[in-house]
Amino acid sequence: MIDIKHLSKSFGKQLVLDDISEHIYPGEKVVILGPSGSGKSTFLRCLNLMETPTSGTVTFDGMEITDPKVKVDPIRRQMGMVFQHFNLFPNMTVKKNITLAPVRTGLMTQAEADEKAMQLLQRVGLQEKADAYPNQLSGGQKQRIAIVRAMAMNPKVMLFDEPTSALDPEMVGEVLNVMRELAEDGMTMVVVTHEMGFAREVASRVLFMDGGKIVEQGSSQQIFDAPQHPRLKEFLSKVL
Amino acid sequence: MTEAYELWKNAILAGEDVSTWQGFYVKFYEAFLKNDRWQQYLSGMGSTLMLTAMALAVGVVLGVLVAVVRTAHDQQRAGKHNPVLGFLNGLCKIYVTVIRGTPMMVQLLIMYFVIFTMSRNETLIGALALGINSGAYVAEIIRGGLMALDPGQMEAGRSLGLNYVDTMRFIVIPQAFKTILPALGNEFITLLKDTSLITVIGGKELLYAAQAIYGRTYEQMFPLIGVALMYLVMVMIFSYLVGILERRLRQSDRH
Repeated sequence: MIDIKHLSKSFGKQLVLDDISEHIYPGEKVVILGPSGSGKSTFLRCLNLMETPTSGTVTFDGMEITDPKVKVDPIRRQMGMVFQHFNLFPNMTVKKNITLAPVRTGLMTQAEADEKAMQLLQRVGLQEKADAYPNQLSGGQKQRIAIVRAMAMNPKVMLFDEPTSALDPEMVGEVLNVMRELAEDGMTMVVVTHEMGFAREVASRVLFMDGGKIVEQGSSQQIFDAPQHPRLKEFLSKVL
Repeated sequence: MTEAYELWKNAILAGEDVSTWQGFYVKFYEAFLKNDRWQQYLSGMGSTLMLTAMALAVGVVLGVLVAVVRTAHDQQRAGKHNPVLGFLNGLCKIYVTVIRGTPMMVQLLIMYFVIFTMSRNETLIGALALGINSGAYVAEIIRGGLMALDPGQMEAGRSLGLNYVDTMRFIVIPQAFKTILPALGNEFITLLKDTSLITVIGGKELLYAAQAIYGRTYEQMFPLIGVALMYLVMVMIFSYLVGILERRLRQSDRH
């Protein structure tokens, strides 16, 4: 579904991603682990061109999106993204946050989008917040709504960039539950996270990154119960 | 009132001693009441407000255009540089540099005596010069507001597949507008006061009215203090209106 070939990214002289090749298959739940500065967020952000790769290609559904001639907006419509800091639009109500993109991009009429928004809000238990403004919500509620906002575009894949890192500990659970449900529904997901429990339980595949490379990957059992690479062993001994 | 004025005025002309207050009254009467001069101040105020409105319109349109071009240029994806945008950006930079780097009064004089030598419509030329001047400052204020907004807002909009223009229009600009409003209010107050500069090209506005009057009465204090107060009142009303707007826009921030 997403094919990454020889992907490199540098910021100035600093090489953040070093020649990564990887493939994400439909229905997979890929969790990316790694110490901070390992390049995992940058890798994720290269998948929908939030960052422009320095070299290498990213191909989504057979279309090479790193080609400068390709229009990125239609591709991003098919890839939902959830950010660490939620990035809800504070100048709009929750409902407007959710319906803006589907309506403006011509995917749905306002009525269809409203209905879809209410349906999704109900699923995450926030339908009574439809007319609230983001600043009236807790962090966990904001992040659940950010997930709904991305889902409203009916994406084929969802990218999560440390979705629980900015949350109070007691709110992490409610966000992970929503993500768990998404996973059960068969959504293709790529998740950068520090939630080891979530990774172990939900991931169909775990990538461990360090120094801009994927140094080890495997099923969650392999990674957590039988780590091979010394960096991964060290990392797990610190975080578990 | 008129009788009292004539009584004391004649006393002064006859060389008699009058009290300080009687002297003041004569000057006050000549500055504001004689020959219905207060009407000249009023119409001067009207011209000042109209000039401000015209200059404001020019300034805001120019400022928004320049700010959008400059920001769009700076926010292009790496390796995807639009040459037209590059050219426009260069033009905008020159405009801002020249306007901010030269005195307002010099710009006015150049507009009147060098560029529009054929036209003697001081008001229109003055409004245009003021607007062009204001546009450079408005552009920088807007650009500052656009740059100051959390880049995550732009990213979130783009990640949903909205294009650059829609993201700017629905997400970035409405939020930036709120943060730049105090600075914009400031700029508009400056603009209102700077309309007094067009007296140097003979534009007829509030200060011109005062000058015309003390040119006849040879008494400057009352006309000048008077117009100073009138400017002050206009600015205070304007600040009050901006304050109301600010409070209304901040409503979504309530917790």
